Amino acid sequence: MTTDALVRASSRLDEQTLLSIYWTMLLSRRLDERAWALHRQGKIHFHISAMGQEAAQVGAAFAIQRGVDYVNPYYRDLALSIAIGITPLDIMMSLYAKQGEYSSGGRQMPAHFNSRRLNLVGGSSVVATQVPQTAGLAFAIKYRQKTGLADPADPTQPRVALTCLGEGSTSQGEWHEGMNWAGVHRLPMICLVQNNAYAISVPVDSQMAVANVADRAAGYGIPGVVVDGNDVLAVYDAVREAVERAYAGEGATLIEAKTYRLTPHSSDDDDRSYRTREEVELWKGRDPILRFRQHLQAEGVLSPEQAEDCDRRARAEVDSAQAAAEAAPDPEPEEALGAVYAPAEGGS
Amino acid sequence: MTQITLIEAVRQAMDEEMARDPRVFLTGEDVGVRGGVFRATQGLFEKYGPDRVIDSPLAELSIVAVGIGAALAELRPICEIQFADFIHPAFNQIVSEAARFYYRTNGAWRVPLVIRAPYGGGVSGGLYHSQSVEAFYAHVPGLKVVIPSTPYDAKGLLKSAVRDPNPVLFFEPKKGYRAIKGDVPDADTPEGDYTVPIGQARVAREGRDLSVYAYGMMAHYSEKAAEIVAREDGIDVEVIDLRTLLPLDKAAVLASVRKTGKALIVYEDNLTMGFGAEVAALIADEAFDSLDGPIRRLAGPDVPGVPYAHTMQEFYMPNPHTIAAAIRDLAAY
Repeated sequence: MTTDALVRASSRLDEQTLLSIYWTMLLSRRLDERAWALHRQGKIHFHISAMGQEAAQVGAAFAIQRGVDYVNPYYRDLALSIAIGITPLDIMMSLYAKQGEYSSGGRQMPAHFNSRRLNLVGGSSVVATQVPQTAGLAFAIKYRQKTGLADPADPTQPRVALTCLGEGSTSQGEWHEGMNWAGVHRLPMICLVQNNAYAISVPVDSQMAVANVADRAAGYGIPGVVVDGNDVLAVYDAVREAVERAYAGEGATLIEAKTYRLTPHSSDDDDRSYRTREEVELWKGRDPILRFRQHLQAEGVLSPEQAEDCDRRARAEVDSAQAAAEAAPDPEPEEALGAVYAPAEGGS
Repeated sequence: MTQITLIEAVRQAMDEEMARDPRVFLTGEDVGVRGGVFRATQGLFEKYGPDRVIDSPLAELSIVAVGIGAALAELRPICEIQFADFIHPAFNQIVSEAARFYYRTNGAWRVPLVIRAPYGGGVSGGLYHSQSVEAFYAHVPGLKVVIPSTPYDAKGLLKSAVRDPNPVLFFEPKKGYRAIKGDVPDADTPEGDYTVPIGQARVAREGRDLSVYAYGMMAHYSEKAAEIVAREDGIDVEVIDLRTLLPLDKAAVLASVRKTGKALIVYEDNLTMGFGAEVAALIADEAFDSLDGPIRRLAGPDVPGVPYAHTMQEFYMPNPHTIAAAIRDLAAY
């Protein structure tokens, strides 16, 4: 190991990138808070939150080639999707299910993030289905490189496939089968488990008999890494190392980001039945955005005035996105009939 | 023209598509050096190497799911499920994922995936090597379901499936893998690179008195039954080989019964909620005025599987003689 390798990758991030990471986390949070408010006002039917997990998501997103490398997210990846390039207007259009909504034309519930252009794969609501599919995306990367269809050094082509899920979803057989492929075929894949301590109401110790999800990596012959999921730079470092391994043809990595869901599971959940207010308050004190802001201020990267300005701008963006979505038309009823089969190539 | 078997036709189609398009690859259990347990991929590992003919782990869900991921990345996977009976662990990935991707992303992501699986009974396979699973999937918009009954169609339809931008389930009547032979144009002739379009039924035999609708091994048997009743009873039967169950060639189904006035649907799946029910409903709805008799179905009995013991297996399976009997019965109505 060289001396350089001992230096944290995040220490090489320039100030602009650090501020961009902060901005992305903050924008996601403000958007998220507004969605909850809109639901409580009866303006939207459903919201599912990323609050508390922004560091895990944004740290991971900034470690890949955003918009190029494949990302197969789960329903909680609001902040990750914003980091990839989904906009507040996109999200608002989803929340209101308006015509031309970016992810599915209003067919799917909100939080099914999707963009073909950004290589962000639009998932279902069935947990862990995306994991073996991500092995397939990673397989395709390796296949193209091995068969000469793509240059392994070409940064304009996807070179790693990242998927995310919660710790509860690792109980699914789909997760195991996907991880097994990743191990057997040494696929350029990263599985980021955002361990937020609960699968709706069920705590971790009812999901698994091991202390860490990452411990299971040994069963697939790949590295398993535990990282503080509320430390955005620690997550960046862990994912960046996994990215470098994938780019170098060294195979897959399982990363477990230990974090906490600050909200109920979704707008339809009430978490008071399964966790104490004291526990939630404790974790609010560990808010990853607050923590990163304090870090940036201590480092002299972010002044209090800049922080306030960021906040104002984020609220303004959310305001204008909400206004635009509210003014947009609903889908035509018959749009339900479209896009069942892809047309034949060549138009025949 | 060369006479080949059904399974040789399947192999030729894969070979030629792999040669044509470097994005086409094969995966499944034992498809590599073993060449598949039925030999469908024999010689392809040697010809295309381990990068393009990949032995999967023994886990059907992931065979399909990895295929889906690779298809999202615009490769052209051909996934083999060793027996259709083993496809059920992948049901979620096929029905909830592959079928719904295009719709749920409003056309952004497509899944150009082929899933091949040998299906059907009469091979001493018992409950778990004999199943007919087509009805589960023919119910699902977003999928295509194809079942050939001749070498010519098997080759042409499989090539169409590989070139189709949607997920295609390709069920092969394994009892006919070597039993069914037929002429196929030679690969090095102008006619060699032919395809058979998905979504079109085939008039396997023209007739005036009665229409028999079937697919797979039952289409083959129905033609034999038609010969029997023509010879012994003078009944002139039209046999329609459906070839594609989804999307169903409704025009071909209706055209035949409008001509003959009588419809018998034959399938080896168990009777209730089998694919024949959909054909019967279509005819009842849109060709009612043409009917001269009840719409009949001949299928397997409603038991949980094809039994292993020879006597019970033969009792379960429709065959040319039981089909002929059903034809006589309906013709006399």
